[in-house]
Amino acid sequence: MADSLAPTAPQHGAPQDGETRRDFLQLVAGSFAAVGVGAMVWPFINSMNPAKDVLAVSTTDVDLKPIAAGAAITVVWRGKPVFVRSRTEAEIKAARDVPMSELKDPQADQDRVKKDQWLVLIGICTHLGCIPLGQKATDERGPFGGYFCPCHGSAYDTSGRVRQGPAPLNLPVPTYAFTSDTQIRIG
Amino acid sequence: MSIGLHKSDFANPVIRWVDSRLPIFTMMQKEYGTFPTPRNFNYFWNFGALAMINLLIMIATGIFLAMNYTAHTGMAFDSVERIMRDVNYGWLLRYAHANGASMFFIVVYIHIFRGLYYGSYKAPRELLWMLGVVIFLLMMATAFMGYVLPWGQMSFWGATVITNLFSAFPLVGETIVTWLWGGFSVDNPTLNRFYSLHYLMPFVIFGVVFLHVAALHITGSNNPLGIDPKGPQDTLPFHPYYTAKDSVGIVAYLAVFALIVFFFPNALGHPDNYIPANPLVTPPHIVPEWYFLPFYAILRAVPDKLGGVLMMFGSIAILFVLPWLDTSPVRSMRFRPLARPFFAVWVVSFFVLLWCGGKPAEEPYVTISRVAAAYYFLYFLVILPLLGRLERPLPLPESISLPVLRGGGPLPAGAMSKPMEKA
Repeated sequence: MADSLAPTAPQHGAPQDGETRRDFLQLVAGSFAAVGVGAMVWPFINSMNPAKDVLAVSTTDVDLKPIAAGAAITVVWRGKPVFVRSRTEAEIKAARDVPMSELKDPQADQDRVKKDQWLVLIGICTHLGCIPLGQKATDERGPFGGYFCPCHGSAYDTSGRVRQGPAPLNLPVPTYAFTSDTQIRIG
Repeated sequence: MSIGLHKSDFANPVIRWVDSRLPIFTMMQKEYGTFPTPRNFNYFWNFGALAMINLLIMIATGIFLAMNYTAHTGMAFDSVERIMRDVNYGWLLRYAHANGASMFFIVVYIHIFRGLYYGSYKAPRELLWMLGVVIFLLMMATAFMGYVLPWGQMSFWGATVITNLFSAFPLVGETIVTWLWGGFSVDNPTLNRFYSLHYLMPFVIFGVVFLHVAALHITGSNNPLGIDPKGPQDTLPFHPYYTAKDSVGIVAYLAVFALIVFFFPNALGHPDNYIPANPLVTPPHIVPEWYFLPFYAILRAVPDKLGGVLMMFGSIAILFVLPWLDTSPVRSMRFRPLARPFFAVWVVSFFVLLWCGGKPAEEPYVTISRVAAAYYFLYFLVILPLLGRLERPLPLPESISLPVLRGGGPLPAGAMSKPMEKA
């Protein structure tokens, strides 16, 4: 439009070196507006993080007494399945006899358990999130006697380490502690 | 320039490429950059922009609240309490949303009063005004349904009373109410549909706001003098002059909004809505949200069920025909010495109705409501039509710029240069 007042017109605080007071004011006002908008956006973003009631149920206690040697149970921790398995002597030996060089994600069995008998794992395949088979005695456990993921054929050993298939990593061990000889707290 | 491409004036090659194919930059430049706007706006002209900002705040907070809300009679109340206690900044989102509704009505009422005082509804802006009334009605429906969602006592009984308004219509009334409820009382189906519609309607409002603004950009804005700009000396480009002025208003608006949200978040609400809905017990004194009180007072002022409902709807419907009821050709009441006091009394009657609407339905409030409601309608139906003939307006100024620039001379030469590109 012909009537527009272009900001290039001579202004108050006239330019000395091509910088005007208006440039300064625009920068300051723009910066404050950006900070203000950022401060207003944060509560929106943070409201999508886990709420207090979700965080409050972030530990799960498990009683180990009913689990016979060689058997396993699955408990829910933070909405995820956690495998708790009472390993037999043969299974522990199988896990410890494997040379590190054969492992895709090398880790000693001793570093993955707190007591030799008890294997505690997050039961989610590290490939694409399916739940591997192997908890029930009738399940297919794969060639390494641990777990077998039916989705894409990843196989885990009796320490939950990946041995074959597309999964890149071992089944993770959650944070847990023995609260007594027969009780653990996950989380 | 190739055939089929828009001729873009932008220098930046990327912007130019997009603009040649989809001239949104040219459009924004034309409608919000160089758009010629009367140079004499006062701060009442901020309230359209404030309403737009407010709508965006409501949509943003509402979307995030919806992520944590459960629309079920057994869970809705607790899900709102969970938002208040457990969700990170949930209290802020909810208080901003609930008080944002109040802010929205404050802003829109000022916007409407501005239009009434300065004659913004008159030719050629009749359709612009009517679209505004549509937005106002949609806002009321949205606010009402939103108030039902927390499923407190006021939610439940407000929903019951307001939906029962439709039972006043003869023959079909009961059928309509059953249809609105999806059952035989306000219950889970009602809550579910209200939630669905409460989420939908702001986007409908957004669409009508777009038409409202599109119509505004055809006629151009009215101004405090109510006379048309006669040329470039009477206008300023929207940017930076009114973007800057609107920004000042937005800062003041946000300060007031923050004051309410952080220090008086429940001042405009009703404590009974923190009691879970109970279909077996009505609270002793139920009132709608404050912004509905003037119309609620009109409803109660009429001693007949159907009559009250018709008067209440009529009090808003009458705004649709206001451009033809006001027969005066002078827009701004600055130049209407008789209309001005009558309008002042009308504003008083509006606030008296607002006050009475919050009081119990007993004397003296009923009589006061009747007097105020009578004046409310009298102003539109009798006073404004007659004033156009009886009133002798003050002489109008020759132009907008005349009193400012003393002679309305041209602007300095540098000011006439080509508009600067904004990317």
